[in-house]
Amino acid sequence: MRKLSVLTATAVLGLGMSACTTDPEPAAPGDTTGPITVKASDTACEVGRAETAAGTVTFTIANGGAKVTEFYVYAAGDRVMGEVENIAPGLTRELKVELTAGTYETACKPGMIGKGIRGAFKVTGSAAPLTADAKLAEATANYQRYIQSQTAALLPKTEEFVAAVKAGDAEKAKALFPIARTYWERIEPVAEIFGDLDPKIDGRAEVIEEGMAFTGFHRLEQDLWEKKDISKSGPIADQLLVDVKEIVAKANAEKLSPLQLANGAKELLDEVASGKITGEEDRYSHTDLWDFAANVEGSKASVQALRPTLEERAPELVTALDTAFANVETALGKHRAGDGWKLHNQLTQAELKELSDVINALAEPISKVAAVVAK
Amino acid sequence: MVSRRVALTAAGVGIAGVAGAAAVGAAMMDDERSPASASPGDAVAFYGEHQAGIVTPAQDRLHFASFDVITKDRAKLVEMLREWTAAAARMTQGRDAGLLGAVGGQAEAPPDDTGEALGLPASGLTLTIGFGRSLFRDAAGTDRFGIADRLPAALEALPHFPGDALRPEISDGDLCVQACANDPQVAVHAIRNLARIGFGTVSIRYSQLGFGRTSSTSREQATARNLMGFKDGTRNLKLEDTDLLREQLWARAEDGAAWMAGGSYLVTRRIRMTVETWDRTPLAEQEAIFGRDKGEGAPLGQAKEFDEPDFAVKGADGEPVIAKQAHIRLAHPDFNNGAHLLRRGYNFVDGSDGLGRLDAGLFFIAYQRDPRKQFVPVQRSLARADILNEYIRHVSSGLWACPPGVTGDGDHWGRALFA
Repeated sequence: MRKLSVLTATAVLGLGMSACTTDPEPAAPGDTTGPITVKASDTACEVGRAETAAGTVTFTIANGGAKVTEFYVYAAGDRVMGEVENIAPGLTRELKVELTAGTYETACKPGMIGKGIRGAFKVTGSAAPLTADAKLAEATANYQRYIQSQTAALLPKTEEFVAAVKAGDAEKAKALFPIARTYWERIEPVAEIFGDLDPKIDGRAEVIEEGMAFTGFHRLEQDLWEKKDISKSGPIADQLLVDVKEIVAKANAEKLSPLQLANGAKELLDEVASGKITGEEDRYSHTDLWDFAANVEGSKASVQALRPTLEERAPELVTALDTAFANVETALGKHRAGDGWKLHNQLTQAELKELSDVINALAEPISKVAAVVAK
Repeated sequence: MVSRRVALTAAGVGIAGVAGAAAVGAAMMDDERSPASASPGDAVAFYGEHQAGIVTPAQDRLHFASFDVITKDRAKLVEMLREWTAAAARMTQGRDAGLLGAVGGQAEAPPDDTGEALGLPASGLTLTIGFGRSLFRDAAGTDRFGIADRLPAALEALPHFPGDALRPEISDGDLCVQACANDPQVAVHAIRNLARIGFGTVSIRYSQLGFGRTSSTSREQATARNLMGFKDGTRNLKLEDTDLLREQLWARAEDGAAWMAGGSYLVTRRIRMTVETWDRTPLAEQEAIFGRDKGEGAPLGQAKEFDEPDFAVKGADGEPVIAKQAHIRLAHPDFNNGAHLLRRGYNFVDGSDGLGRLDAGLFFIAYQRDPRKQFVPVQRSLARADILNEYIRHVSSGLWACPPGVTGDGDHWGRALFA
């Protein structure tokens, strides 16, 4: 029945054009299960209800302001439980987020910067979350184990990389850079849950907000390849390790919901399509294909965790995904170089187009996984 | 199945926000127009003996796309053509690309229509498919999909013409779709959704937007101007020329390829114009180059646009009034074995070229029964002698076999070819 209530919620969004539509039934007063409307403006963030029952919570955010806004639901420590980015003025967007009983914060971010306009939010009761389905529960447990396996490698590899930078051993640091990043890129959707840590660790020069320093992997990449001077990189390297340690501890304790898993699998491929194929991610080192491979592996791990559910509910989708993953692996496999990969700038435009085509071919079926999981 | 406009006003299907509400308002006003008069918003029939988008009165806007087929699986390609046909049949009637539509599906799933045409009428959208030579045989001569024996003789590769500066990456292709509409957003929406349906089967090789028609394909349309400021296509083959269309536009079974009966061959050329140098050319010289006057569009020596040119009449200097190398003389059927073309090209400006010049020109589109007897001889004489060549450069070329029309629900693009 969850699906039906979602469709009703979509209809309620049409209030702004009620002159042309049959008015939908107003929500019953005192209803604690229906969608929650959020009126966002440049100065306010009015959340229709500050309390709701546990389960899948739907927010419909209408941006009545003049600035582009974002909406977040945070758990303790600014852990992002769900977010909608890029809500243009005049638009209404929907956020579905699975919440168990506890206290949370909501936030609108007009202008998409800063801590945003916060509000307290409480979830009561113990409505069975989606994971009550045994196969889905196993999926989240399975993926949690995958995360732990990756963080178990991410931490020591980052330590080695940082040690090489601090020792002034540029050659060793350059060799370790794409390897440490592989473990990072495989689980990036998890990392993105933890607010500010992602840009600190993996931010690129142009995405750093005003007042924030350019730190992390890409800053060290710039020092190593472009500036060719790591004599002053020690503090940046130390900070990277501190940040990676923090995210590893948080990620290990994290259990992604099945929907997060499905969306994460798609987001990893979006990362490939928008950042890696273009060579933007590793613009100084051109080691984008390492990240490319890692994103695809991470995406596959998410899908595999969901496989029992998908096989039961959409076997033809599983077949399509298997074929598409195999095609990506074949196309990428042509660019192996030793234990690693060719550099981005060694590929011809035709070779990059082939990679783009196979990623598009995979991302379309993957974009259907979330709806199957949510059934 | 409901149309995009009806979907917006129907109860229970919500569209968020102010933009949606505004679109509904516009659509409602549109509905008040008399349904009897053909308006720019109307739909053009998709099913028929011939594909729409050929003799259909030329719409204002173009989005043309060439695709590479990236699968080796014939069944997958045919299945995509079936899906394309179904989506084209819907979109040309002002409906969403998919059955669920931009807002009718499950909330957790990406919509099966991209949504930017919500609230817009059909806008005269036509979608016309063509098959390139490379679909039949690749460069190495391999029969890719078991249809090499169906390659029409008329699809013979175009020769190199003097002055050609073709860029391979924006030339040729395995499939093409010409989307024409009176609203650019509707044309772009159509190509975008077809490309999306095709992910994994086809990949866009290049695409071209055109913002203004340069030809009229019906006597009811005024002749439009190209970016050189001249009326273009005065002598074009038109909808009303039924005998000439039968003779020179539509392919027949006896031409050699039975599956092409009722189809037509398409030549596309992206013709870059160096408008900056053209604009400093004196008026008299511009008119001499074309062989027409610039204002009325009449052949030199005549008074009216549609007056017949008289190529024999000489001026006081003893030289022909319409110069030996004038564009209309070189392109005229009388000097090309009676060859006519049905042109429906579009002006384009793709930004600027980094040298302070507009990247502008004409995306030439011409349909015909046999390019070997029509486009090729005409272009040969133009490429050899036309003074216009100083101001233009052909940078892209495509040759396509456009099959006959889809006859109904059970039919699809390429059915006869892959039967």
